[in-house]
Amino acid sequence: MAKKLLLKNDHIAGIQGYSVYRENGGYASVEKAIKTMTPDAVVEEVKKSGLRGRGGAGFPTGMKWSFLAKPAGVARYLVCNADESEPGTFKDRYLMERIPHLLIEGMITSSYALGANTSYIYIRGEYFYVARILENAINEAYANGWLGKNILGSDYSLDLYVHVGAGAYICGEETALLESLEGKRGNPRIKPPFPAVAGLYGCPTVVNNVETIAAVVPIVNDGGDEYAKIGIGKSTGTKLISASGHINKPGVYEIEMGVPVEEFIFSQEYCGGIRGGKKLKAVVAGGSSVPILPGELILKTAKGEPRLMSYESLSDGGFATGTMLGSGGFIVMDEDTSIVKNLWNFTRFYHHESCGQCSPCREGTGWMEKILHRILEGHGTMSDIDLLWDIQGKIEGKTICPLGDAAAWPVAAAIRHFRSEFEEYIKNPKSIKDVKHYYRLNNLVEA
Amino acid sequence: MTESKEIRFSEESLALVQRMMKRYPEGKHKSALIPILHIAQAEFGGWLSAPVMDYVASILKIQPIEVYEVASFYSMFNLKPVGKCMIEVCRTSSCWLLGAEDVIRHLEKKLNIKVGETSADGMFTLKTVECLGSCGTAPMLQVGADYYENLNLEKVDQLVSLLKSEGKRKSYTDQPESRTL
Repeated sequence: MAKKLLLKNDHIAGIQGYSVYRENGGYASVEKAIKTMTPDAVVEEVKKSGLRGRGGAGFPTGMKWSFLAKPAGVARYLVCNADESEPGTFKDRYLMERIPHLLIEGMITSSYALGANTSYIYIRGEYFYVARILENAINEAYANGWLGKNILGSDYSLDLYVHVGAGAYICGEETALLESLEGKRGNPRIKPPFPAVAGLYGCPTVVNNVETIAAVVPIVNDGGDEYAKIGIGKSTGTKLISASGHINKPGVYEIEMGVPVEEFIFSQEYCGGIRGGKKLKAVVAGGSSVPILPGELILKTAKGEPRLMSYESLSDGGFATGTMLGSGGFIVMDEDTSIVKNLWNFTRFYHHESCGQCSPCREGTGWMEKILHRILEGHGTMSDIDLLWDIQGKIEGKTICPLGDAAAWPVAAAIRHFRSEFEEYIKNPKSIKDVKHYYRLNNLVEA
Repeated sequence: MTESKEIRFSEESLALVQRMMKRYPEGKHKSALIPILHIAQAEFGGWLSAPVMDYVASILKIQPIEVYEVASFYSMFNLKPVGKCMIEVCRTSSCWLLGAEDVIRHLEKKLNIKVGETSADGMFTLKTVECLGSCGTAPMLQVGADYYENLNLEKVDQLVSLLKSEGKRKSYTDQPESRTL
């Protein structure tokens, strides 16, 4: 049985409420940090833990915290990114809904470490009911002295608020989130300056994902070194994986980093195999933006070794033969899935969610969606495949924020691995039901 | 604007609006704009008319254009009238893989409207939305604050009947009722 740190108590009845959460060891990290540690010591433990941001980018959290500017007399902010909108990803919703106090506890401990006296949880508007759960938990935390003035009799004070968004994937990008939190359109900012220097209201700000902040609780309780012992290599600790698609047991799983992908997909402890006993065709391992991989490549690395659920192993071989852990949104597709249609679905998403600020993204995502629609309608030409390849290359790396990359990578990966399926749609659209398992491993040199 | 003079939050909403504004530092009250627009949409018929947005601008002491540009950016704000119940079907990712298109087609037929339209009786508006973070319980749809998950066509029929029999306007700001059928 895998070690659980975040979801170890999620099965306990009433854990959503303060008293049960407290009876099960809740808020110990706040007590330990405020009573026995300096803020810098907390940052040091997070550094030692090797924790990497769980929102998708995987940047080392302790390092991000240490970048925070600390000019005298200027407010600092911690903002929790709960704008979980990456298709395939629903782990933060699960965590906030089931164990809201874990996030509140993490926010208090992390805010103390960063010297923030006001913190916000920015949650996507569609999760309105989850926002209510969090607000109830915050009220309970205030009532029991964990928030407010002079927490535990110390000179540390903290106010914590939930802020709801209103439906915009782009607000998951940290600078767009800050714009939105300031009451504006969610247009990403040009960096530098980074939020650590000029973030919310121009003040030094750290933006961290829900799962990242929750992970600070066991790190402070058990020590960074203990956390770092879990996992493999630079992928330390546990990770919440949102598993969905054509599997027998969709849901949120907490894994120790390093579980073999094959075990994750096929064992009863996790996804329980492919529905209906069908064959595995492809997997999107870390949310819609990460490169799709054919079944064979998600199970084995470029070197032919078993691929593991870790940052390094999933990306082994670069974008040609690897993918990314991303947000942990693990979407499994069976042999009957149309990769071209799936790509069109994703591309339509990115076109809809582009904020429109950068021309390559605004125009390119729509153009790719139109071409894919044309192919699906039976009016595509072979040159359309090269055109798609060309367009995605002109979006990647040429926009203010990573949404452009997120829109480009799925297109590149689908063409790289499933080009013959595109060709089949174009040559003989009516026979597409027969297209089941085409992909071109011999085409990898193009990448 | 004569119309905007008639628009006023209820005492309860006004108290909530004032509480929202206190969550942000002195001089940064514009941060409360999105939460206040949610309150306004819920109170003034499920959509944001120009007079309603002007009213919100006057409360926050900002220019109306600052409200318009935000309201038009975010997909949860409606800039034209909608039905009492807006059915939002997730069409992305795992919902698509597991039958969202069937759910959408079924609803179009059942409600006799296309996506984006409102039924003749003003009861339903049908909308498709991008991933709602319910991929493990796909396919799903949202009505107000409530999520309905693991859908099949029979469950969709039950939901439509239930909503019709209740006849109530649903808002994101409602207390969640039953999120599963």
